[in-house]
Amino acid sequence: MKVTVCIGSSCHLKGSRQVVEQLQDLISSECLGDKIKLGGTFCMGECQKGVCVSVDDVLYSVSPETTKDFFLSEIKSRVQ
Amino acid sequence: MTMDNKRVFDTKVQYLKYKVLREVARSAWNGTLLEDLLDIPMRIVPGKTPTMRCCVYKERAILAERVKIAMGGSRDSQNVIEVIDIACDECPAAGYEVTDSCRGCLAHRCEDVCPRGAISFDHDHTAHIDKSKCVECGRCSKVCPYSAITNRVRPCQNACKIKAISINEEGAAAIDKDKCISCGACVYQCPFGAITDKSYILDVIDLIRKSRSGKDYKLYAAVAPSISSQFTYAGLGQVVKGLKVLGFHTVVEAALGADLVACTESRELVEKGFLTSSCCPAFVAYIKSAFPELEEHISHDLSPMAAIAKYIKDSEPNAKVVFIGPCTAKKTEVMKKEVRPYVDAALTFEELQALFDSRDIDLTGLEDDVLDNASYFGRIFARSGGLSDAVSEALKEQGIDDFELSACACSGIEECRTALMKKKRGVLSENFIEGMACTGGCIGGAGCLTHGEKNKAQVDAYGRQALEKTISDAVSVLKLL
Repeated sequence: MKVTVCIGSSCHLKGSRQVVEQLQDLISSECLGDKIKLGGTFCMGECQKGVCVSVDDVLYSVSPETTKDFFLSEIKSRVQ
Repeated sequence: MTMDNKRVFDTKVQYLKYKVLREVARSAWNGTLLEDLLDIPMRIVPGKTPTMRCCVYKERAILAERVKIAMGGSRDSQNVIEVIDIACDECPAAGYEVTDSCRGCLAHRCEDVCPRGAISFDHDHTAHIDKSKCVECGRCSKVCPYSAITNRVRPCQNACKIKAISINEEGAAAIDKDKCISCGACVYQCPFGAITDKSYILDVIDLIRKSRSGKDYKLYAAVAPSISSQFTYAGLGQVVKGLKVLGFHTVVEAALGADLVACTESRELVEKGFLTSSCCPAFVAYIKSAFPELEEHISHDLSPMAAIAKYIKDSEPNAKVVFIGPCTAKKTEVMKKEVRPYVDAALTFEELQALFDSRDIDLTGLEDDVLDNASYFGRIFARSGGLSDAVSEALKEQGIDDFELSACACSGIEECRTALMKKKRGVLSENFIEGMACTGGCIGGAGCLTHGEKNKAQVDAYGRQALEKTISDAVSVLKLL
């Protein structure tokens, strides 16, 4: 599974670093590092929806507060 | 509608150069460049009344040369800086001369201070300098109470501190391509605009076109942090928006590459014990040509520009990157084989202004966009001393406390030369040379629209506005790859 977090300016200001850090922690604590490829990109062209995160090319709108729920519903549940 | 751009630049020479770039770009967008080529000089200098030279025909002949340089210049020469022979006014270059302000006084301070006995007096007591004896030390000029002794040097030769400019048989300036470091000091200083940097603005237009608004590939603009002191008639947010209107996918701070460089360069410094910086391509070129024995000390790091472009291309191989900054030497750097794969073209702020206006993009009418990738420390690379501060911070953040940084921050090529000379002789006490070829650092670059007292403060203020306060936080998102 390919998960890409937008680290462009607009998403960065909305907390993409915190989203990245949480996802990294969650992926490693769930030992999913070999199943999920976490990547970054500068701008997905949907700045108003930031922080933009794509899972296998499907776009989601995430914030530092919703990252854990997002991980559980859209990432963890699908890789297992 | 575009504003009166004369106010955007320091000098009328820059304004003229801008007009040529704008017209060339406009024709390129219209797809009529070939048909328009011979008309562009006429568009810029219409009518019969000369305003710059002896006649409109000479003005247009020079403009035709400028058009050629705006289109990439001579293909025979790799040098980015070129002399337009017919534009060179062949300024006097006689050195120290006594002018008719000499009053024929009794004191003769000039004679007393001359170390070579080069000064004599004629029957009406006025001074004369024997050029066969004069060593151009300038002491006579300093002591004359009437300021009657002047130094006639060509502004280009005075600007070129590495002495790469000589005078050819025709009396025009000539650049020694083996010495030239493409810093652009002569470009900015020549009052006739006879020395200029080749432009790759057509390559950038081509890159924008072929990306087809991101359908074929994404085009990234990596902007130098010195942009914070430029385009001040609009806001930085409007410049970012303007770049997207032009057709760039997005804008990324080269300063984030500077944050990366601060991390790697600080570790390299600890490992080697002594280092000279590699951010400024003109400084690197200067070491290679004038101090080859010190070449081994040049940091192996990519420059911030190349570092951020490499990151973009590693994560998205299809992407294209244009660097936009204050620097003419970057145009040479992007041709180097270790940088070429990452950066597709380099543009100056001057050229960016021309590009905006060629599309009639009025920045002041645009909404604000945002630009925030780097830390305070990455951003202050734009001014002298910033890189040293960042390396010091990076050492601290990485917990390296058994190494004490002693930095020699050199602003301008003369300070660089002094530090390198000391190192060569083994008498330099510092363990790190931060070398910036332009005075004040990148904010003094030849490709800036304006140069002012406030630039440094503007860079520092921009640095403080960064969301990330530490280098480690700024680069943490890059470790995703």
